[in-house]
Formats: sequence, structure tokens, C-alpha cells
Amino acid sequence: MTNAAVHMEGQLHAPAHGAVATGAVHAKGQQHPIKLYLVVWGWLFVLSTGSYLVDYFGLHGYLRWSLILLFMMLKAGLIVAVFMHMAWERLALAYAILLPPIAVLVFVSIMVLESEYTHFLRVLFFATPS
Amino acid sequence: MAETVLTNPGHSTARLEGWRGIAADWASDQRAFKNVSWGKAMMWIFLLSDTFIFSCFLLSYMTARMSTTVPWPNPSEVFALNIGGNHIPLILIAIMTFVLISSSGTMAMAVNFGYRRDRVRTAALMLATAAFGATFVGMQAFEWTKLIMEGVRPWGNPWGAPQFGASFFMITGFHGTHVTIGVIFLIAIARKVLRGDFDVERRGFFTSRKGYYEIVEIMGLYWHFVDLVWVFIFAFFYLW
Repeated sequence: MTNAAVHMEGQLHAPAHGAVATGAVHAKGQQHPIKLYLVVWGWLFVLSTGSYLVDYFGLHGYLRWSLILLFMMLKAGLIVAVFMHMAWERLALAYAILLPPIAVLVFVSIMVLESEYTHFLRVLFFATPS
Repeated sequence: MAETVLTNPGHSTARLEGWRGIAADWASDQRAFKNVSWGKAMMWIFLLSDTFIFSCFLLSYMTARMSTTVPWPNPSEVFALNIGGNHIPLILIAIMTFVLISSSGTMAMAVNFGYRRDRVRTAALMLATAAFGATFVGMQAFEWTKLIMEGVRPWGNPWGAPQFGASFFMITGFHGTHVTIGVIFLIAIARKVLRGDFDVERRGFFTSRKGYYEIVEIMGLYWHFVDLVWVFIFAFFYLW
């Protein structure tokens, strides 16, 4: 227990000095008020209900797709920023983790072109009504 | 071996703002993630690699769906349920989404109580998270059973494009596996918390390293990631 107490001391009080510089509100580790988590939790419920209602009311076309993407990005943003604490991590880590997935978007655009080409060929050669 | 330190957002060496700070961290010829413990950094890097795996699954699904000339089955109808005589579209998936979001909420609070060294609450919230996760997997098993009974196979289904089954089983199966592993992981860490391993810095069975409450947060990162992936699967596979 003595060992643990010493460790606690180090963790509890060391950050107190640095906290002022970064404007951090937490003392040890990732410590945030419970209320913040409850608010985010509530928002995630609201956003999920929103995306379910998109389907329930059978919206179609660009309105449907843009709403789905909007709710998806908001939910993903809240989870990563607050639940996974990325908003409070050092920028060197945040950028190292958050930038590489952008490469996926490049892959998406390549595969969109590819699948449109495949679809075009299939329509041209296979989908002729007999 | 040098002992690890907890990630400490407040305590950091002097840093420049924005991109200059990032360049300074990465070019410092030591460790790039200054105030981030190796455990957390490695979990984030693992999650990044997992992001690419799930991205590839969703991309192959997109390619299959965009390139087929056969109509894609309507997920709204495929996943509809009859409850109390009412035909409700996509209801099972909506419930699964809410269950998983709730599990993320309890996990976030478990991390919080962990740093407050409230052993009992932390373990209870982690076990609640595990229970939500197990519920989710159970509902997924029900969904799979229902679809298989209706004749969905990886090579065909009664409603349209044959690739539907392959995409469905691959994506939800891989996600369900992640949830299952997460439940096991949660129970293992909850046991350690309850036993007080992180208070007395008991050394791990496999790693022989001292445990800290940050392990709860690292566990939480994995769990939130599973929820995060579901957000994308829900949007692209079930709603699109």
C-alpha cells in the first residue's frame, strides 16, 4: 500500500503545475466531470434516433444520404473526441492517429471509379434482356 | 525495464503550438508521444490498423453494391420485425445500436471512476458494459439465425444481389467477434480492478508489469472503437 500511495502522490500532484499552462480541467490521468459523459451519451441517443427516423420515414435520395452521413460523422466525432479523450490528447498523437484514415477516402474514390467501370461493362455485355 | 508512466494530459514538457509542436515532438529523437504511455499509444496504433481492416470490408461491400446490375436487397425490409402485430422496419438494428451506445456510456464512466480509485463502481460499470456487449452479441446471433432460416447464404439470398449475404456475414461477423473479444477483455480487467491489482500495483500474469488504472482507460479505447465501427456499419450497411 505504501508503494501505491507514493505512486498516487506522484500522479495526483505532479500535473497540478502543468494544468495551468494547457488550461486542462483535470488533475490525474483523463479526469473529466461525469456530467460531460452523460451529456454526450444523451446526444448519441438523440443522433441515433435521428438516423433511425431517416429510415423509419423512408426518406430518399440526397436528403437521406446527407442526413445519414451527418448523423454518422457527429456520432463518430463525439465518441472519438470525448469518450476516447482525443480532444485532450497531445496533438502529436491526435494527428498521427486521425490523419492516416484520410488515405481511406482516396481508396474510396478509386473504388468508386472502378465499380462504375465494372457496372458499365456489365450493363454493356451481360444485362441485355433476352 | 523502465517503468511506464500514466498518460498525463496536464503534465507535459514545454510545447509549441500547432504543427510546430507536432514537428518538434516527432523530430525530438526520443519518443514522439511525450506524455502518452506506451500502452495507450500502442492501443491507438492497433485501433488505427483495425480501422483500415474495417474500411477494407466496407469498401469491398461498396464496390460489390455499386457494380452489381441486380437490385440490392432493401435492408429496411430485410431487418424488419413483427412486434405485437406491428411491422417495424429495422427495429432490431436500432435496438442493437442503443444497446451498444449505452455500453459506451457505462464504459466512459468506468474509466472516470477508475481514475478516482473507486474500485467497486469501476468494476460494476465494466461488468455492466460487458453485459450490454453480451446482449448485443446475443441479438446479433438472433439476427443471423433469422436470416439463415430465411435462406440468406454468402452466395445468394431470396431478395436480390447475391453479394448481400457475403458482405453481411463478413462485416457483422467480424464486428461481432470484436465485441465478443471485448466482453472477455472487460471481464478480465474488471476482475483485476475488483481484486485491487491496480491499487497495490500487482504485476500482470503474462507481462510481469505493474498495473495502473490507466489500463481501464486503454480497455475503454478498445470498447469505444467497437462502438465507433458500429456507427459506420449502421450508416453504410443498414441505412444506406
